[in-house]
Amino acid sequence: MSASTAPVQTDCPSGEDVVAPDRPWLVICWNDPINLMSYVTYVFQKLFGYSFEKATKLMLDIHHKGKAVVSSGAKEKAEFDTYRLHAHGLWATMEHPS
Amino acid sequence: MPDRERRVRPIRRGEFEIRLPREELEVLRSLPAQLREILPTEDPAVGRLFPPGYADDPEASAEYRRLVRDDLLEGHLEALRVMESTLGARRVTEDQLVAWLGAVNDLRLVLGTKLDVTEETYELGMPEDHPDAPGLALYFYLGWLEEQIVEALALGLDPAGTEGGG
Repeated sequence: MSASTAPVQTDCPSGEDVVAPDRPWLVICWNDPINLMSYVTYVFQKLFGYSFEKATKLMLDIHHKGKAVVSSGAKEKAEFDTYRLHAHGLWATMEHPS
Repeated sequence: MPDRERRVRPIRRGEFEIRLPREELEVLRSLPAQLREILPTEDPAVGRLFPPGYADDPEASAEYRRLVRDDLLEGHLEALRVMESTLGARRVTEDQLVAWLGAVNDLRLVLGTKLDVTEETYELGMPEDHPDAPGLALYFYLGWLEEQIVEALALGLDPAGTEGGG
């Protein structure tokens, strides 16, 4: 999943794959009764480089509200982040608000 | 009940000490093989380790699953392998402890799902006469151990984060 540094000429993809910059994909993390609060905070810090404060706030949002947006961006980024959260046992889904 | 002495502590940068009494080691030794056996199956509790990629799009979730399932499975198996091969070692590297964290978390997720753990489970604690008392005892023990692993690993993170620009 590493980013290629070589410039590649591609045809502009058509249709729904084109993501308008003002409509990013969202990665949502859902509350679950098993993952430890400290673990969830640690995972957000480790995966996204968030500060302890920001990671803790997200974890508490999830705990109290049931879910929170934990990352956003282009579709590929959302897929990658969702995959990484799943690899760490967190319940995450991605969506593209229309 | 295990005594409450700390089991995991950092020694120096990138190196950690794990001190487990023999009876805990024996319990932990039996677990990776049990999870490995059911990981490739359709066991409903194992499904917890392979969540859907989309909340309300089964078709896209199926496609996502096709893409990632093998990699996810391999990641879970690798963590179990590392934990097994370093069980009993007094010192582990950071990478090895990260694998322990993954393995212990996977074990908790599957066991907790099998036990139908909810928020109330923590309030009720562990009633002696509960039919799942042994499973719950193991579940709470793994959580206690995982808490210490997280604490030890979190010491290596910059609390300010690395996002840049804050």
